[in-house]
Amino acid sequence: MTYRLTVSPDFTPDHLPGWYIFNTWLQKQLGEGIHLEMYNSFQAQHEAIAKDQIDLIYANPFDAAMLVREKGFLPLVKAHGLSDEAIIAVNAESPAKDVTDLAPGTRIAATEDPDVRLMGMIMLEPADLNSSNIDLHSCDTYVLVAKQLLRGEADAGIFLAEAFDDLSGMIKKQLKVLVHSQIGVIQHVLMVGPRLTDRRDELRHLLLAMPSDEKGQDVLKNLGFDLLINVEDEEMEFMIDLMDTLNT
Amino acid sequence: MINDMKPEDIIGDYKEVMLDLYGGIKRLCLYSEVETPYPDGKLIVSTTDTNGIITHVNQSFVEMSGYTEEELINAPHSILRHPDMPAAAFKDLWDTVLRGEKWQGFVKNLRKDGGYYWVKATVIPNIRKGQIVGYTSVRRKPSRSKVEECIKLYPTLM
Repeated sequence: MTYRLTVSPDFTPDHLPGWYIFNTWLQKQLGEGIHLEMYNSFQAQHEAIAKDQIDLIYANPFDAAMLVREKGFLPLVKAHGLSDEAIIAVNAESPAKDVTDLAPGTRIAATEDPDVRLMGMIMLEPADLNSSNIDLHSCDTYVLVAKQLLRGEADAGIFLAEAFDDLSGMIKKQLKVLVHSQIGVIQHVLMVGPRLTDRRDELRHLLLAMPSDEKGQDVLKNLGFDLLINVEDEEMEFMIDLMDTLNT
Repeated sequence: MINDMKPEDIIGDYKEVMLDLYGGIKRLCLYSEVETPYPDGKLIVSTTDTNGIITHVNQSFVEMSGYTEEELINAPHSILRHPDMPAAAFKDLWDTVLRGEKWQGFVKNLRKDGGYYWVKATVIPNIRKGQIVGYTSVRRKPSRSKVEECIKLYPTLM
């Protein structure tokens, strides 16, 4: 049987080869065929999950509740020291100095990344902004969010903090950060689906042991991770509860 | 465990009131008119057991409440109860979460130093294997217009 691994579509493009290297490493370690499927959109990934086609997923925290509670997925590991944070930024020439300077009708550029968009919308709440009184511009990438701000096509943008940091110095100089989230507990988790849960302990052991040999270290480096750390079921439940409180 | 507030902890002029808290607890509260603004981009997170006793707090909770983590763990969550908050709001909170549902509202919280801060609070029951095992409360920055509405509304509910 060939299993299927997928990665939340908000992965950073620089790490795409890293996921293929990881999959090759994992197949050798586990002695099983695993196909890596990278979906272009959350919608396409959700359709595959709904059809029970996924066995391993590096999941966006927004999807964790559905994966655990509806599809029987269990957590394995997360990257050490990495959490998803959001930034609200405007054009450097914008008169807005604070989120509360943004008024209803504001044009907001954002990607489809569900957890980042959720955190961004929460940071807009102090200005009485919500999905019903903003003009939301959906973009495929964070570079396109930045371009909308630079061209004056949007008044504010919601960024994954890591993606904002990765923008070129030239672009960043033309932008102004209004607010940066400091949540610290929302992050992507590698999860295992029902067809592989009987090998969960083995998988976890292999993943946690990666830094102990040169090949494992190299695979981690290609993913942009220092280290993978264990995620207990209760920690996963806590993050699901947290996301649930925010999604209101 | 919850103690009366102490004058030496209070910053600025203050008033005194004896509050009746959930569970038949009485607490002497000392409160001032000093507001601490909610910090941008942060969430205040805590969990309690089914009796509302704090079992976990994050760093933002510690910073905004003015208590140490040691003072907060095992204390009732009503350690934050401000005298300006109507009891009806907390009755509604408990009635809602005991039904297994999510509660949301705007809350004026009392700091250890007698000051206060406004939050938009969401409380959800932690359901594990079909049982409520505790509650998670997440507070975020409220809009000023909602706070102004509550400043007018809450005295009418006292």
